[in-house]
Amino acid sequence: MLLLVVAAILWGLWEGFRGLGTHYGWQHPFPVDATTMPHIHEMIRALFERPNTQGPLLIVTLLKAAAFTGREAALGFAMGAVGGFVLGALLAHSRALQRGFLPYVVASQTVPILAIAPMVVIWLGSVHVTAWISVSVIAAYLTFFPVVIATLRGLHAADHRAVELMRSYAANRWTVLWKLRFPASLPYLFSALRVSATASIVGAIIGESPSSIAGGLGGAILNFAQYYTFQPQNLWATNIVAAALGIAFFLVVVAAERMVVRRAPEHVA
Amino acid sequence: MNAVSIKGVSKQFKGGTTALEDIELEIEPGEFISLIGPSGCGKSTLLRIVGDLIEPSNGEVQVNGKPARQARRDHDYGIVFQDAVLYEWRTVSKNIALPLELAGWDRSRRQARVEEMLELVELQGFGEHHPWQLSGGMQQRVAIARALSFDPALLLMDEPFGALDEMTRERLNAELLRIWEASGSTVVFVTHSIAEAVFLSTRVVVMSPRPGRVSRVIPVDLPQPRTQAAREDPRFFELATEVREALHLGSADAPSLAEGVA
Repeated sequence: MLLLVVAAILWGLWEGFRGLGTHYGWQHPFPVDATTMPHIHEMIRALFERPNTQGPLLIVTLLKAAAFTGREAALGFAMGAVGGFVLGALLAHSRALQRGFLPYVVASQTVPILAIAPMVVIWLGSVHVTAWISVSVIAAYLTFFPVVIATLRGLHAADHRAVELMRSYAANRWTVLWKLRFPASLPYLFSALRVSATASIVGAIIGESPSSIAGGLGGAILNFAQYYTFQPQNLWATNIVAAALGIAFFLVVVAAERMVVRRAPEHVA
Repeated sequence: MNAVSIKGVSKQFKGGTTALEDIELEIEPGEFISLIGPSGCGKSTLLRIVGDLIEPSNGEVQVNGKPARQARRDHDYGIVFQDAVLYEWRTVSKNIALPLELAGWDRSRRQARVEEMLELVELQGFGEHHPWQLSGGMQQRVAIARALSFDPALLLMDEPFGALDEMTRERLNAELLRIWEASGSTVVFVTHSIAEAVFLSTRVVVMSPRPGRVSRVIPVDLPQPRTQAAREDPRFFELATEVREALHLGSADAPSLAEGVA
């Protein structure tokens, strides 16, 4: 309900700004006209039209592209989440490892993804890895970092007396990890996974262009950006689909969290 | 063979603080021993040394005739802390079953035992609740059930009712006595409360601070089994007074020079 109210308000703000801008001929912060700000109903209508007279409806093309990108992002998300957790768990295990490796983990995130992506594609291409899997690796690169940090934090979040209790049972390291430290880290982990879920989509979209993949949302965005001046609503429509895909990923993580994490209401992150 | 045998135990922490000095204490099977003393007398430290959660700097501790470490590995004791320390992602039943899981009991045996324990602490019907749905007193009962679930010969309790209100505390005291009689285990109980120590114990060990020492051991000769009526017995007040005086004496004669030397 609230969601619909907010949607209506955002719609109103967009159309209001556009109406005033075109009426008074605003040039700042940008010239407001039908090209820079198409009507929202035009964007939605564009979804149900054919960009080429021969081709399918735009929404069919975009849903196929979203499925393709979604698959890349899902695999990338899974690799990033598992890899991030394993790396985080290793670093949590020893301060020496943390001091040695953590700066490089942080540094990895300061290198622009656009610089990494072509290298990944070339390296993996040379060993005959399918192109879409290279894109997943790029998405994983954007995904793993928040998971590493959250794992590091979360695995040390258990109450020290809860650890003492495990010691009183003479539990070994693995048992303490799986029965105590891991479950205690889940709220931290899920906060990171929510961030990573949306980041994996961004990673997949960006990774598609150096891999010359045309069938995904990245391809669609590049394509419609070229024809923006003629049909701006097509690019906007693509953005709406990409956003919807990101929201879907986010909601899947939230739903998984609801199922897995049983907490006191005030402890829900 | 004694349930707990503490011989010449001392503990210096890093930085030179002497938490415990030359502690000698023999506890027979089936006893209920309270360790009482002001903050800083090392009573919790001593409890943790018995449980092999901390190592002593000198001396040795035997539990059931074996070194404390071996006793811990053999699951010879259960422990209850001031807070219940329940795992909030587990239900009450699964919290109670945790030590059984680690000891490799199979599911049906675990379930049967959990039912018994819920009955023992009078929480039937709460097995599927999560800890945060329970009051503080109920949570502490779950912690006791968890500590007793694998039938340890020794129960270590570190101010288990310290965070509860007086009414709940007195009720749980009586309940603990009933459980102690039913289980036949030995209890070592750390507390700040004179009334609690006298009401529960067969012997009260009074400790003095800086460095932590045993200043007196007072046998409690109130008749068993004890009921709430024991709290109004004139003998109860005599014993409470004796413990109180031992406590004050213990802190008064603590040599102030010792701090400078340490």
